Amino acid sequence: MDLSILLGAWVAAGLTLFIFSFLYKDNFFFKLGEHLYIGVSVGYSITLLIFKFMRPKWFTPLFGEHQWILLIPTLLGILILTRFIPRLSWPSRLTFAFIFGFGAGLTIPRSISGYILQQIQGTVIPMITKEGTQISYTFRDFSNLLVFIGVLTVLIYFFFSVEHKGAINILSRIGILFLMISFGASFGYTAMARMSLLFGRCYDLTLFSSKRYYYATPILLCLIILCFLIHHVLSKKHSV
Amino acid sequence: MRSIFHLLIFLLIEGQAFSQELTPPKELKAFDAPYDSGNVLYLTWKGMPYDSEKVDYIVYISESEEGPFFEIGRFKSNTHFKADKNWPAWAWKRTTEYHYFEISSFIKEGKEIPLENGKTYFLKLLVTDGIKQVKSNVVSAFPKGNLFNLLKLNNLIYMIIFSVIILWFIARAKKRELFLRKIPALEAIEEAIGRSTEMGRPIYFLTGRLGMSSVSTIASTIILGEVAKKVATYGTEIKVPHTDPIVMSVCQEITKQAYISAGRPDAYREDSNFFITEDQFSYTAAVDGLMVREKPAACFYMGYYYAESLLLSEVGASIGAIQIAGTDAEHQLPFFVTTCDYTLIGEELYAASAYLSKNPVLMGTLRGQDVGKGFLMGAVFIGTGLATLGTITGAMQIVSFVLDWFKGF
Repeated sequence: MDLSILLGAWVAAGLTLFIFSFLYKDNFFFKLGEHLYIGVSVGYSITLLIFKFMRPKWFTPLFGEHQWILLIPTLLGILILTRFIPRLSWPSRLTFAFIFGFGAGLTIPRSISGYILQQIQGTVIPMITKEGTQISYTFRDFSNLLVFIGVLTVLIYFFFSVEHKGAINILSRIGILFLMISFGASFGYTAMARMSLLFGRCYDLTLFSSKRYYYATPILLCLIILCFLIHHVLSKKHSV
Repeated sequence: MRSIFHLLIFLLIEGQAFSQELTPPKELKAFDAPYDSGNVLYLTWKGMPYDSEKVDYIVYISESEEGPFFEIGRFKSNTHFKADKNWPAWAWKRTTEYHYFEISSFIKEGKEIPLENGKTYFLKLLVTDGIKQVKSNVVSAFPKGNLFNLLKLNNLIYMIIFSVIILWFIARAKKRELFLRKIPALEAIEEAIGRSTEMGRPIYFLTGRLGMSSVSTIASTIILGEVAKKVATYGTEIKVPHTDPIVMSVCQEITKQAYISAGRPDAYREDSNFFITEDQFSYTAAVDGLMVREKPAACFYMGYYYAESLLLSEVGASIGAIQIAGTDAEHQLPFFVTTCDYTLIGEELYAASAYLSKNPVLMGTLRGQDVGKGFLMGAVFIGTGLATLGTITGAMQIVSFVLDWFKGF
């Protein structure tokens, strides 16, 4: 077997066990795994930023192709760096104002279309079925009615300028009921998805337990347990 | 006798297409596709009496009037009507009287060539019933980008109406305080900060995973300001781990301002807001580790979250912290509801920022949003009624003209 694959398997098994060791308690191995994870992710993000964004989208177009329009975002970016000098940090607010304004401008029309109109579009459905000249009431129509009631009552729950009393209270409680049912369904669905992630890790650990990988998982697991035992004995002696 | 009669009628109807003489299509027009960023042309022409299953239209394109022309589409003549396009009535005449064909590219020497903006293309039609062929005249057009997207006209109108309503309520809120119903989760903020003070443990405040362009992040920073004010007053420690450097910079300003307005600028610590990493799960692992080691007495999760929501709040619950969450990420709400003491559901997060700050702009906005919700309910009610009525009476075309105003295009 290729040494890099073997090394990768040992590192993967080791780091998985390090992170899983948190189930016992916060410990040195978990901290090691955690810090490695953060360090690698920060390093990776910086590399990605330089080679995927700064170089192809800023450095090359600006200095290679002389796209002078890029001087505007460059200036805005430099203004953020003024935050390192507290006395001169105020120009950074210009950049933040730009980001806020741009964000709001981008979000408002998208929200009207995505959250308001498409919501209405999805709810405005006929409550009956007509096939030819025959009008009927099917289970789908009942579902449509449920959606209709659900949307209206949930909207009532989110009214903030009226006190939830009397009929409003009853309707908003029905709305909360709809919300909780949907949360329950969503919870179950996601919990199952998380289980599949756990199975993925367990599958890898089992795979790396084989002779092919020189028993990476059991050896590393035994070493971690041994370290815990030594630490436990030493700390007990120390406390005595 | 009856069957012979039926046969005669059948032959009469079926033979009608053949009896119609093929003539060149009328009112053939090529024009730039409306309401788009360019690179697309439309071809329209009047429906002809010979339109049927048995007659085909073939569309040709060329870069010069003399040719060569390349075939770009072939279809039955009883298809491709303007009525097929699901565009609103104010922007597109949905009719079966006219055909339309959309062109965005053509095949030339085995390669797909997309249409170029500003370049003139020549188009013609060929009508065939398999035996005879009739050609149309050549028409031309050039694609271009459009400045205004008429399909989103309803968006613009609603935006103007809602903006006017919100501005009116803001003006009203500046004159007198507007009523806002109690939100239980917000009542608990004071309790959570008090508990942290008594226990001498820090408070963790997370602003979510999105950047400053997200509404939920903006709301969470406003809540942070109000929480930081209370923290400064009580003399407790607040820690705000970040995943976005810009959000961190904004939060530094907000926290500093909160300490100044609480009269405790000396208590402000620059490192109360700190950056961890942009990576989702390493950020989560780091915050979880910090929480386990420092055991905060209260944790606030405000803003937008992804899969890390349960990983964070579960650890918070295991260390016995009071947890208050607020998110508009509907997929993560179930996890916060199950693991946190209080949860601000969806729009309650935005309401919370108004409720805590009593800022007239936010209060007015919230009241305006309530009017928007009223409009939404009315639209759903009327729309459903009309859709049902349209189905019963069969007058869906008239009804759809009204319903188009409530659709997102």
